Amino acid sequence: MPEKHLSTQFDSELNTVSNRVMELGGLVESQVQQAIHALGQFNAEVAHQVIETEKRVNAMEVEIDRDLSSIIARRQPTARDLRLLIAVSKTTANLERAGDEAEKMARMVLSIIQSGTPRNLPASELRVAADLASGLLRKALDAFARLDTVAAVSILKEDDLIDKEFDNFMRVLITYMMEDPRMISPSLDLLFLAKAIERVGDHAKNVAELIIYIVKGADVRHASIEEIESVLR
Amino acid sequence: MDNTSTAAPAPKISVRDLNFFYGKFHALKGINLDIPENKVTAFIGPSGCGKSTLLRVFNRMFELYPDQRAEGQVVLDGENLLTSKQDVALLRAKVGMVFQKPTPFPMSIYDNIAFGIKLFESLNATDMEERVEWALRKAALWTEVKDKLKQSGSSLSGGQQQRLCIARGIAIKPEVLLLDEPCSALDPISTAKIEELITELKDDYTVVIVTHNMQQAARCSDYTAYMYLGDLVEFGSTEQMFFKPTRKETEDYITGRFG
Repeated sequence: MPEKHLSTQFDSELNTVSNRVMELGGLVESQVQQAIHALGQFNAEVAHQVIETEKRVNAMEVEIDRDLSSIIARRQPTARDLRLLIAVSKTTANLERAGDEAEKMARMVLSIIQSGTPRNLPASELRVAADLASGLLRKALDAFARLDTVAAVSILKEDDLIDKEFDNFMRVLITYMMEDPRMISPSLDLLFLAKAIERVGDHAKNVAELIIYIVKGADVRHASIEEIESVLR
Repeated sequence: MDNTSTAAPAPKISVRDLNFFYGKFHALKGINLDIPENKVTAFIGPSGCGKSTLLRVFNRMFELYPDQRAEGQVVLDGENLLTSKQDVALLRAKVGMVFQKPTPFPMSIYDNIAFGIKLFESLNATDMEERVEWALRKAALWTEVKDKLKQSGSSLSGGQQQRLCIARGIAIKPEVLLLDEPCSALDPISTAKIEELITELKDDYTVVIVTHNMQQAARCSDYTAYMYLGDLVEFGSTEQMFFKPTRKETEDYITGRFG
């Protein structure tokens, strides 16, 4: 928000709530990275940390929602302020869900460790998608902070890459399962992990779409890349 | 995707290249605007932007004052009312106006309504009673005053007085109703009643409202015009104006960044 309101109090309320979203985003991003680390090393301790962080993420979501309700009730925001607050609300929900996915990954890692699953499954191949997803989340947060629509579009394009990675990985797993039926159960664990990673990418994509909503007032959730680029022109 | 485009309905009043002067002061600068029929149009903008001036052109109220003149066209039902030979009293019967402060006549509630009707129509007693009741019902005042029609209009509360003025305005069945800050002296409950009334009135009338209260414009108008220093900055559907205005000046004003 470059220009200031007549009410400096309103400015500071908007700044505070935007900063809290960034704070939440940072927390979720580190949660996702820890979950990836736990997966790569099969590290139970780190997995437990991810699950522990979830409580803070949930508490922050509730606080941000409370602040948002208060601003809307007291300020009756319009135009870009209104769009910002709606977008903040949805971004918060998306970040919290990305955190849920990280928690899911951590729980899956713990269950794989406990079951003593054979480690010859292609768990490391998940790394590519996982890094893409966590990188995408960071980019989405950066773009949100700067209200950068160009970056938002590149995030939307990158999410397609993650979806492709997911499809490839699934094909690999199917091969493993066909070769040896004993691999089916551990393969399914990995499949759920891959799905969680793919979902993190989707949440980052949703945040990117909200940036375009704030800046341009256009709802691009179900639009093609070409349509979105024409909105931004 | 974006669906805020405005397929404008038929205009009731078309303003073309309207300039207005208070003596040498150029108060309205080349205004072009179509006021849609059977809709509520709100004029918003900071003090001195010309919104009340524009409203007062619509029923030639400005002619009451020397040194004030309007140039251009204000077409109502195909006739430029600025050059029209039509009797100004007839024009004002067609284009009614309600002011910021309630202005009940110093007479009974009943006569406040009947007075205006008598100027334009000769109704028998029964028809007159029916018309007065109709107007008071339309203005959502009937149940509150039906047992005290002989009492003075000024014995009513501010909100009731304002609804009485609206009843008086619609009693002569105008086509356009101009409201100049109709709620600025009223409490929130009276304001809510008048806003409700405005929404109901648009079925029968074209309503134009000037308001300082932007949320009021957002709540009860279909179209909004933002004016600044005598210019019409932006005109569009209220939804578009309050969600994604096209002009940055509008956005700054609507979001309170104006200063």
